[in-house]
Amino acid sequence: MKPAPFQYHRARDVAGAVRLLAELGDEAKAIAGGQSLVGMMNFRLARPHHLVDIGGLRELDRMHRDADGALRIGALTTHHTVESDPAGTLAQGFEVLRRAMAWIGHLPIRTRGTVGGSMAHADATAEWCLLAVLLDAEFVVRGPLGERTIAAGDFFLGYYTTALAPDELLVEIVFPRTAPHAALTEFAERRGDFAIVAAAVDLDVVDGAVRGGRVALGGVAAAAIRVPEAEAVLTGGGSFDACASAAAAAADPPGDASCGPLYRKELVRTLVRRACEEAMSR
Amino acid sequence: MTDDTFTTPREPQLIALNVNGEQHEVITEARRTLVDVLRHELRLTGTHVGCEHGICGACTVLVDDRPVRACLMFAAQAEGARIRTVESLADGSRLSDLQRAFSEHHALQCGFCTPGFLMLAEGFLAERPEATKEEIREVVAANMCRCTGYQTIVEAIDACATARRRACAQACHSKEN
Amino acid sequence: MTRQEQGRPLVGRSVPRREDRRLVSGRGRFVDDIALPGMLHAQFVRSTVAHGEIVSVDLSAVRRVPGVVAAFTADDLAIADITAQLGRPRSQFVPTAMPVLARDKVRYVGEPLAIVVGLDAYAAEDGLEAAHVEYAPLPPVLGEETALAEDAVLVHAEAARNTLVDVSLFATEGIDDIFDAAHRVVEVDVTTGRQNALPLETRGAVAHWDDREEQLLLQTCTQVPHQVRTVASRCLRLDERAVRVVVPDMGGGFGQKCVVGREEIAAAAAALRIGRPVKWIEDRKDALSASFLAREQHYRARAAFDADGRILALDADVVCDMGAYSCYPFTAGIEPLMASAEMPGVYKVPAYRVRGRAITTNKAPTAPYRGVSRPQYVMVVERLFERAARELGLDPVEIRRRNVITDFPYTGVNNITYDPGSYLESLNLCERAVRDEGWYDTRTAAAAEGRHIGIGYACFSERTGYGSSAFAQRKMQVVPGFDISEVRMDTSGAVTVTTGTMSHGQSHETTMAQIVADTLGLDIARVRLHQGDTDRVTYGWGTFASRSITVGGSAVRLAAERLGDKLRAIAAALWDTEPEQVELADGHVRRRGGDGARDVLTHQEIADVAYLRADLLPKDIEPGLTATATFDVFNDGTFSNATHGVVVELHQDTGQVEILRYVCVEDCGVAIHPQVVEGQCRGGIAQGIAGALYEEVTYDAVGEPSATSFMDYKVPTAHEIPDVSIHHLETPCAFTATGAKGAGEGGTIGAPAAVLNAVNDALRPTGTELDHTPITPQTVHRALNPEPVP
Repeated sequence: MKPAPFQYHRARDVAGAVRLLAELGDEAKAIAGGQSLVGMMNFRLARPHHLVDIGGLRELDRMHRDADGALRIGALTTHHTVESDPAGTLAQGFEVLRRAMAWIGHLPIRTRGTVGGSMAHADATAEWCLLAVLLDAEFVVRGPLGERTIAAGDFFLGYYTTALAPDELLVEIVFPRTAPHAALTEFAERRGDFAIVAAAVDLDVVDGAVRGGRVALGGVAAAAIRVPEAEAVLTGGGSFDACASAAAAAADPPGDASCGPLYRKELVRTLVRRACEEAMSR
Repeated sequence: MTDDTFTTPREPQLIALNVNGEQHEVITEARRTLVDVLRHELRLTGTHVGCEHGICGACTVLVDDRPVRACLMFAAQAEGARIRTVESLADGSRLSDLQRAFSEHHALQCGFCTPGFLMLAEGFLAERPEATKEEIREVVAANMCRCTGYQTIVEAIDACATARRRACAQACHSKEN
Repeated sequence: MTRQEQGRPLVGRSVPRREDRRLVSGRGRFVDDIALPGMLHAQFVRSTVAHGEIVSVDLSAVRRVPGVVAAFTADDLAIADITAQLGRPRSQFVPTAMPVLARDKVRYVGEPLAIVVGLDAYAAEDGLEAAHVEYAPLPPVLGEETALAEDAVLVHAEAARNTLVDVSLFATEGIDDIFDAAHRVVEVDVTTGRQNALPLETRGAVAHWDDREEQLLLQTCTQVPHQVRTVASRCLRLDERAVRVVVPDMGGGFGQKCVVGREEIAAAAAALRIGRPVKWIEDRKDALSASFLAREQHYRARAAFDADGRILALDADVVCDMGAYSCYPFTAGIEPLMASAEMPGVYKVPAYRVRGRAITTNKAPTAPYRGVSRPQYVMVVERLFERAARELGLDPVEIRRRNVITDFPYTGVNNITYDPGSYLESLNLCERAVRDEGWYDTRTAAAAEGRHIGIGYACFSERTGYGSSAFAQRKMQVVPGFDISEVRMDTSGAVTVTTGTMSHGQSHETTMAQIVADTLGLDIARVRLHQGDTDRVTYGWGTFASRSITVGGSAVRLAAERLGDKLRAIAAALWDTEPEQVELADGHVRRRGGDGARDVLTHQEIADVAYLRADLLPKDIEPGLTATATFDVFNDGTFSNATHGVVVELHQDTGQVEILRYVCVEDCGVAIHPQVVEGQCRGGIAQGIAGALYEEVTYDAVGEPSATSFMDYKVPTAHEIPDVSIHHLETPCAFTATGAKGAGEGGTIGAPAAVLNAVNDALRPTGTELDHTPITPQTVHRALNPEPVP
């Protein structure tokens, strides 16, 4: 379980990283925390010929609220930084992100793994991908032709596939609006594993009543998805149980021997209900 | 297998590492993981290799005071960081309180996972000295042990944390007086 | 190291472990920590098909890979095969050879075909990718049904119906009539998943030829160093003297390392051929897919009961899927023979019939794993009792009470004589602990709320201290049993003791030293254990089957007593008194009744005489201070016992099984080191829970292993493993030299049965009973929610 040979390049700044990625082409891969990539390289499931180390780009390791109140998270912010939120950036509206971090692997993974790395890796059950889809995050991406912004709905294209071009670097993730009544929950046989199913909801609560909301699922499709059928129930004033049932009915999950599609659908029902209840309690 | 597998040369490069307060320079391939360089280039064999995919935690070391998996990091990525391994815990022949707690609570049997658990706990307690036993259990779940059933590992770390808090409280108390 | 308190024996006290200082300091020496000048690194080209003829193995491209030094096929190295034998007729046992590197045929994905040696592990792995192997695939045999079919494809041409072992050890006359006439007959059909013993340190070895000693030095992590030496010498055609096996610190074994591995022999062959040291460290992917596995068994069992719940007869058909090869030295008979011999367990079973089979399939081969068949047959027997209790309207603990052996020694229907134990006491104590903590009330209250809480027990014994006679009964052709110990005192009065057992986490450096220090009246700090070196240790059988303290510890005790006799004899001669008048205690040699300074000597003063002033010795005492003793068990061994009580909650909406409480009442006779015994219990229980709820080695339809990472092979963590409350009972063994019984495996044996019983108790309102481990959340969910979502 030793990786295949590669050439290592260290980027000094974002522009340099983009230039390196453009020069080196398809055989190059950016590495940040490497918590997914290095494991895959050790199994030789990934074998880039060039690694562009962006770990030193401190400018991407920051988390702040902009003038509009949007939360801007630099791509190199670690899960652990979000979890510990040293500057209180997540207070008043983004606590859901902090709480969700507990579901990501374990402490020694969260200290190295980055928000941008997780998004760019695009695992179908990853917490960050689910949060991005739930909260309509925007992805700020820099390439040789400059910067562009991609909406979460357009960013995740399928299993480990994103709209990021090989010479583009994800630099920032923007969460445009607060989500005071949001929650993420999941189920796995062992805590810390990739979820079998993950669910996240973001409720619109006005005067203590639910007026609508967003429901997102991980582990039921090639990427995190929103569930309009379940959201319609919330908009229509339906119960959390009804919302959960609608999500379960709408989901068309894959299955294997230990986790068949029916069981996953039942988990969807359970987890959406739990997420709704937790979100409401916030 | 494709023909271009070996077109990337096995090209050594110079990597400077700060380990346990000492500066080291090694000339090695870029693909060497941090744990392999620590063990086989620097001969710090206290850090162990258990899975090479980040799950068992036997290779846990501190990088800039935080516990990380040394198998999920290339040594080149660790340049400029402060690395600490299990070899740094004892003060000469005097074991640290954490090491002693592991022994007193029989938190190790074969001892293969132990350095990883020690460094995990060392990093965690430094950041959260007030950790509850449940929080400790949560963090202990990051690593795998096949011998102990974990109970005594949790107890050892909890006892160490409790003793440190008590010592700290006494120190503060005596200062106030 | 603290000095022992005056006069208080060390045995029975949890003294600080001798192993700990180096292990918590990162100063242990595990096999991968060894670095020798010029050392090369090996990896193996492994089969990518489950079953096939080898058409060709082309390593020419491998040898051109930068950093690769050499690559060898089976033909290049011409190593003799490893063959394990049972002395049974062909109808009962079919011997099969295990080539060190596959020659004509591959029999599982991951089987080693060729060894690639490189400058480092990275280069060796680069080399693997350049190997070209051509196979003519054969249909894979992946399970019992295919293996035993009339027209089955054969894994080994010599083994018809893929059956390696087929024994019917017991068949009480008239047993069918008993079943026909019985008040009640209950049946179970139990299957258990394939598991990996999974020491956290994978297997590995460093081999090199030492010209100075004219010897192959094989440093390898094995539980059985002398057996590795024997196989290495035969496979490599060397005199056994010319092989020295040395075992460094070991990161666990649990049975996976108590058989001889093909890779360690191949690495040695490559080292001899190249003339440089060769290291092989198994990576985790290989450890999960191609190492020795265990536990995949199928039991069809039934039991007859009278109206009072007394068992009348037990009838079982056991099929063990042993994978592609017989392991050395135990053979594929290890699991079916253990199950057949011991299944009646702690119960008074008047009539017994059993058929035990080992089948061969296209999966990685199996080795003994902590407990060996006992976790499974205990599960089966305990299920039978639970089911009988249910059908007869009896309390599950009460039905056990009526059936456990209470009068010892007891000779069972399986011709085994059980030495005294505390079967009933442990059962009662365990139930009382669970009841006193209020779990029965909690269960009732939970049921009223629609929650699912269940309580389960397992009552069992574990034969430990198998002597030569017990293994000979199984017709093994390599009969482990005895152990030899040598105790040597140097001129400073410090002691070196050897043992043929091989600690890999069990704390022998501490516990053996406790025994010696007590016997010789020495400070424990002055006693050092030597193990795992075939040149230092006369002979030994290693560590498995919970034999170390029972057999090895007894040999250590006897050897120390002999040395003590000699010390007393010398002191008596110096004092002109009788040896009986000399006592060894508190670091001194004392003349009984004497109180003057001249009535006390140090060990060193005696040693001085024994070595440096031999002229002072009486004629009948030889110079020097060494003593050797051998210990063997000539009866059926000694039985540790325990009862485990488990409380689980099943979560309706996820199917998760949560363990709320775990109580263990154990009796291993005299506990040399109580903390170590508790550690063995807890660790064993964790592995038992792992088998009950989490871990399974799985294969896809073509025999490709599908759990080759820790993402898929779900080793439980501190989240999943509960705290265990342990109560001790002590029924000393009458014939081990210390009164100790073995304690290594009990935890693993009891946990699966107790957990499964608790789950089934919680499932009681649903009418569903589960009889397969691991129990997955999906299975529990389905049982709790029988109507699927529309």
